[in-house]
This record gives sequence, C-alpha cells and structure tokens, in this order.
Amino acid sequence: MEMIVMQLALFVLSLFLGVELITKVPPTLHTPLMSGTNAISGITLVGAVIAAGAGDSASGLVHALGFIAVVMATVNVIGGYLVTNRMLAMFKRKN
Amino acid sequence: MNTNLVDLVYLFSAVFFILGIKGLTKPKTAVRGNMMSAIGMLIAVVITLLDKSIVSYEYIIAGVLVGGIVGGIMATKIQMTSMPQMIAMLNGCGGGASLGLAAASYLLTLGSDGYESGVMGVIAVSFVMITVLIGSVTLTGSLVAFAKLQELISGQSIGFAGIKFLNAALFIAAIVMLGMLCFDPTNSTLFWGLIAASCILGITIVLPIGGADMPVVIALLNSYSGIAAAAAGFIMGNTVLIVSGSLVGASGLILTQIMCVAMNRSLTNVLFGVMAEGSETIDADEIYAGKVKSAQPEEIAMILETARRVVIVPGFGMAMAQAQHAVRELCDVMEDKGIEVEFAIHPVAGRMPGHMNVLLAEAEVSYDKLVEMDRINPTFEQTDVAIVIGANDVTNPMAREDKGSPIYGMPILNVDKAQTVVVIKRSLSPGFAGLPNPLFAQDNTLMVYGDGKKAVIDITASLDLA
Repeated sequence: MEMIVMQLALFVLSLFLGVELITKVPPTLHTPLMSGTNAISGITLVGAVIAAGAGDSASGLVHALGFIAVVMATVNVIGGYLVTNRMLAMFKRKN
Repeated sequence: MNTNLVDLVYLFSAVFFILGIKGLTKPKTAVRGNMMSAIGMLIAVVITLLDKSIVSYEYIIAGVLVGGIVGGIMATKIQMTSMPQMIAMLNGCGGGASLGLAAASYLLTLGSDGYESGVMGVIAVSFVMITVLIGSVTLTGSLVAFAKLQELISGQSIGFAGIKFLNAALFIAAIVMLGMLCFDPTNSTLFWGLIAASCILGITIVLPIGGADMPVVIALLNSYSGIAAAAAGFIMGNTVLIVSGSLVGASGLILTQIMCVAMNRSLTNVLFGVMAEGSETIDADEIYAGKVKSAQPEEIAMILETARRVVIVPGFGMAMAQAQHAVRELCDVMEDKGIEVEFAIHPVAGRMPGHMNVLLAEAEVSYDKLVEMDRINPTFEQTDVAIVIGANDVTNPMAREDKGSPIYGMPILNVDKAQTVVVIKRSLSPGFAGLPNPLFAQDNTLMVYGDGKKAVIDITASLDLA
C-alpha cells in the first residue's frame, strides 16, 4: 500500500512538473514537442519487454500481445526521436 | 539485478527526459534536448533488458527490429505536410503499446498466481483495466484521426444525431465492466468486452470531429497516450513509466487547452457539441454582393513594390497547396527590396499545434519571423499589406464584432486593420465554420483567385521583374 501511495505522489508531482515545463515551450515548437513527447511515451517499451520476455511459462497469446506492445513502443521511440530530430534540425539551420 | 539499482537508473533516465523537455523551450537548445531525452530512453531500455525477470529474448529482438524498421522508415520518408498524420500514428502506437502491455500482464497474472484478494488485488486489477480503457480509446481514436487526415475517409464530421448517446452508453458500459472486473478479475469474457467497448468508443468519439477541430483531437490523443503509459507504470510498479507518462499527459493537456482557448470553445463543446448556433442566418450574397474586388498577381506585385511592411498569414490552404516554398521565395524577393516581412501564426492554423511553423521551417523561413497572434495583432495597423494564404475563419472580423455570430469571441488575426489585404483563395467558399467572411468584401481587400502556390509564384515573378 505504501508503495502505491508513493507512486501516486510521483504521478501527481510529475504532472505539475510537466505543466510548469511545457507552458514554457514556444508555439513554434509545438509540433516537435508532440513528437518528442510521443517518443518519451514509448517508454512503455520498458514494460513491454518484460511482458514479451516472460518465457515459456506464458501462453502464446501473452507472447503475441507482448510482441505487439514491443513493436508499437519501438515505433514510438525510433520514429518519434528521428522525426523530432528532423524537424528540429530545420528550425536550427538558419541560425 | 537489484531492484534498487534499477530504480536508481530509472531516476537517471527520468532526469534526462525532464532536461530534454526543458531543452525544447528554445529552438537553439531543442536538438540537444531531444538527444538527451533519447539517451534517457536508451539507459532505461538497457537496464531493463538486464533485468532477471526476462527469460526469453526472441520476441523482444523481433519486436524491436520490426518496430525500429517501421518507425525509422516512417520518420525519414514522411513529408512535412503529412506531419499531422505522423503524429496521429505515433499517438496510436503509444496507446496500442499500453493496451498490449496491460493485456499481456493481465493474462500472465491469471495464468500464474492470479490476483490476490482484498484491497490490493482490486487496486492492481483497476490499474490494468484503466490502462486497457485509455489505451484502446487512444489506439482506435488515433487510427480514425489518421484516416481523416490522410483523407482515407472524409475529413469532415461523420456521424448521426444520436451519436452522443451512443458514446455515453459505450462509456457507461465500459465503466461498469471495469468495475465488475475489479471484483471478478477471472472473468475474461468481461475483459474482452471491455476492450471491444473501448475500441468502439475511440472510433465513435473521433468520427464526428472534423476539419478545423483536428488540432484539439491530436493534442488530446497525445495526452491520452501519455496517461495510458503512466497507468501502465502503475501496473508494472515502474517509476520511470509513471514519471514520463505523466509528463507526456501534462504536455498533451496543455496543448489541448491552448487549442481550445484559441477557438474560444470548451473541450466538451469540441468533443460532444457542434458549433454554436448563430442567432440569425447570415446570407453570404448579402455580404459579398457587388463589394468583392479581385485582382491579378501583377497588380498585387505593384502594390507590394511600394510597401514597407508586409505580414503573411498562412492557413491550412497553404499546406494543401504545398505552397510553403513558394511563399519563402516571395518573402526573399520582398526582403531584397527592403520590405520588412513577418508571418502571423494563429494557434489553430492547420491541422495540429505548430503545423504552420513546421512547414515554414521546412521552407527555411527563420523562426524569429514567425510571430504569435498576441504579438502581431497590434502591428497590423502599421502594416501596408497583409497577405492571407489559405486561411479563412481565423481572419473573420465577425468573431470580433458580430455578437450574434457563432464564432463570436474567438481570437482572430486582425488582418482587416492592415492598409491593404490580399486574400489568395480558390473561391469565396466558406471555411470550416461555414460562415461568410466580411473581410473579403472590405474596401481595402483584394481577392486573388486560384491555386495558392501558382498565385504566389506569379506574384513573386512580377515583383522580381519590377
């Protein structure tokens, strides 16, 4: 129970931190912000690999779901960071 | 591996994510910020792969390969004009990953010891089901948003009169199933029912939302994908998931709010409502009849020649016509002639937050020329020519003056205050709000009919010769 309360505290504090940080992002960078945070939300990869790597004790369905989760999370991570980098490079080059 | 050590490393990655987002607050530091955030991701993934609870690696390796190739190709090949679709896909993948993770974890727990009885069990199951609900809605909602943006289905509102009630019924059904599952987690029929109801809900929520409301939907789904990740973090008891998920959730919520304010509408109004009803029907002919003046590109070039300050107002039409490079060339030619040029960016111009900025950045327009609505509006009175390219509702003076108008109160770009207004548009057809725009009938407005890209190129050519 203490664990869950701690995690809730972490959740709420991070929300506030997020609000403080993101209100400072200028509108010019709102699209890269979305793709960049998308890449960060690909952190589900961390949970997905645990599900996908559960081993033979798990059923085929679990493996399939874990596999799908890993694929989608990786698309988010790789696709998100690359496309953000591509956009940000455009913003940078004239200066 | 020691869980304390893993948690400490996760703390490092969380710090990298936060510094990464902080970097995004300035264009100069943004690339470095994105790198830092990627390093945080790498650290978190590597330490997780060393975790002892992972016994088989074949599905992980296959999944990372497939996802990496798909993501890499999408990210490098996608055109900047298609960026809203890309963001929609990424949102959907975020939701889908959380859904897959939650479902796998649920089946895994049922297959081994099952959920413990008592409060702790109920809490554990509820996290799983909340993740399933949000993840499914994000997944299917984003797919519909993608289909609309890609024009696989009509980009306008699709639906029927009672769709609100269908959505309400689906939502209640999902919540009831969620509640029942908390006390009877072994009932897997209910579990699949919950997934089905949530998936349908995602579709029916986004289908009726169309056109200019798209930026709100994209930002909201962005937020959902983050909240789903945070909820998944509660399932796994994984701190880095909770922290980064909530950062993303907060980011999406703020963008959603900015978009709603820029349209003077509440979120519930965008999601469940239609545009406010006008007190009287406005007759387009009455406003336009005999008052609209059109001009040829050569005449516009002559006016521009004597201008000292020009403001360009881009809208979704510029993206549609792929006119961003042509616009940059016009901007260059004007600057060569000593004209001061700025761009006025309305927050909801285009189909996602920051859409115009990305397109113009692609065309190598320096970002300090892109000026936000609040800062550019006081300068229109000192502006000789305002050139509106493919924007309509965000320039409609009715929003400022006509209390009976459905868009009354929406903040607009005050282009009508400029000395001369040039509107490049295919026809006098109304924008998303379905309203005529009195701007087009003003004495100081000149319409240039035609394709945005061609018109801009013609103006540039004439001006260059002059």
